[in-house]
Amino acid sequence: MSQPFLKIEGLKRQFPQPGDAAPTPVFEDLNFGIDRGQFVCVLGHSGCGKTTILNILAGLDEASAGHVIMDGREVRGPSLDRGVVFQGHALMPWLSALKNVEFAVRSRHADWSREQVRNHAVKYLELVHLGEALDKKPAELSGGMKQRVGIARAFSIEPKMLLLDEPFGALDALTRGSIQDELIGIVEATRQTVFMITHDVDEAILLADRIVLMTNGPRAKIAEIVVNPMARPRVRETLHQQPEFYPLRNHLVDFLVKRSRAFTPGADWDPKNPPLVYPGAPDRAAA
Amino acid sequence: MKRNKAWLAPLLSVLFFGLFVGAWQLATSSSSDGELPPGMDPEYAALLGAQAATGGQSAMPGPGDVAARIWEHVKDPFYDRGTNDKGLGIQISYSIARVLGGYVLAALVAIPLGFLIGMSPLVYKALDPFIQILKPISPLAWMPLALYTIKDSNTSAVFVIFICSLWPMLVNTAFGVATVRREWLNVARTLEVKPLRRAFLVILPAAAPTILVGMRISIGIAWLVIVAAEMLVGGTGIGYFVWNEWNNLSITNIITAILLIGLVGMLLDHLLAWVARAISWRE
Repeated sequence: MSQPFLKIEGLKRQFPQPGDAAPTPVFEDLNFGIDRGQFVCVLGHSGCGKTTILNILAGLDEASAGHVIMDGREVRGPSLDRGVVFQGHALMPWLSALKNVEFAVRSRHADWSREQVRNHAVKYLELVHLGEALDKKPAELSGGMKQRVGIARAFSIEPKMLLLDEPFGALDALTRGSIQDELIGIVEATRQTVFMITHDVDEAILLADRIVLMTNGPRAKIAEIVVNPMARPRVRETLHQQPEFYPLRNHLVDFLVKRSRAFTPGADWDPKNPPLVYPGAPDRAAA
Repeated sequence: MKRNKAWLAPLLSVLFFGLFVGAWQLATSSSSDGELPPGMDPEYAALLGAQAATGGQSAMPGPGDVAARIWEHVKDPFYDRGTNDKGLGIQISYSIARVLGGYVLAALVAIPLGFLIGMSPLVYKALDPFIQILKPISPLAWMPLALYTIKDSNTSAVFVIFICSLWPMLVNTAFGVATVRREWLNVARTLEVKPLRRAFLVILPAAAPTILVGMRISIGIAWLVIVAAEMLVGGTGIGYFVWNEWNNLSITNIITAILLIGLVGMLLDHLLAWVARAISWRE
């Protein structure tokens, strides 16, 4: 079996407790892999440490145990190989949309000319349809537009992998829909490997190839990894009419409502190798 | 509705000014009608001259006298007739030069040092006790020490301005740098931004509004302190001018100087407010 592009092994994170109380791990013994070009969503309730996992992948936080290996190398500290779209857009309010992206491009390509940097940044802002708002400051942009600048910034450094931390959490449903469509487009165009955190079931179904289901914290675990059977390209409007949709959706909602809270691993559940499940396609599970 | 009343505030200002000048005129002219104060021997009064006895022409001038004096100064602000008789323009220029000198030196020290303190919790903790003790010291208390060590009154005045401008800028810079939003630093980290570039392109603009608040407080304090400092060191400057005119008992000149001090202080403050607006950012 070949090694996946990104491999997470025995990952655990605990935070020191006040007083002498023994630290309880937020999550422990997480194991999973992401293949090149794959879109993986992590689904779970707040408090299961999703953001912490992402921060560890980004190199902004350190695991208490276990490690992350990307492209054959261990992840130690932040790197331009991993682009991050933050939960809050994290744009610098004193820079225009274009300058925010240029800042990232310049960080990647210190040797580029001013013209090259600008053209590159403009290209990515146009990919998220912000070609008209280049010189606007973040304060003059709507929440959705700010998040799109954040996405353009992350893509513009052409990282080996993209990490998205609930990027659409703060947006209204309509805006979220249109940016999700843009994200699908840009991911398909760039064949980007993506790791995304969400608590929105429909978002996971629309975007992900695989959906990692996490139990509630503390001591959160990966209960299973759902393989998304929906064919690509996926179109939001018709997605729910396909026969695989509701079995998958029911499975995910059922997990979030019931099983995430009281997850009882079966006899053959192995944290080192969480089971792959194929809701709506029982024949494939056997295969 | 609101536009219609835009003239109301200036009108009220003019009205208040008129009332103030009127009251002033009344207060200074009331005792000048030649009547003797009660208990004054008329012969003694005659001996001294009526004016002196009644205090009729008191040292406190009326608004007309002051206005005339201001006009004289405006017409010829830069005359120089020896050590103790220089135009207000010359005197205020000395003061402004001292303030700017001390202030710029303080900024050159306080902003980099504040940066360092803000970046490093260790340095912050190590320097905190010194800052706590040095900050509340009246800058004028340094004056004798400065005069003794520097042995030059002009430089000593600049030093006093330096020391009083230092603290607000230092404390605000450290605070602004220490409280730069974590997410911007994380962005810089994930982009592998080099420390110097991070300092100038992320931390400095993020902290700039807070730094400017400190700079604005500092220039205000510096302008307050220069008057007192120049009264002490003497020689030149608007503070010295005020003290000198007190010795001459020329209240008109003192009032003129007071007005000028207020005007220049306001201009300095507005200048920094303008800079602050230019570099501030909205979210």
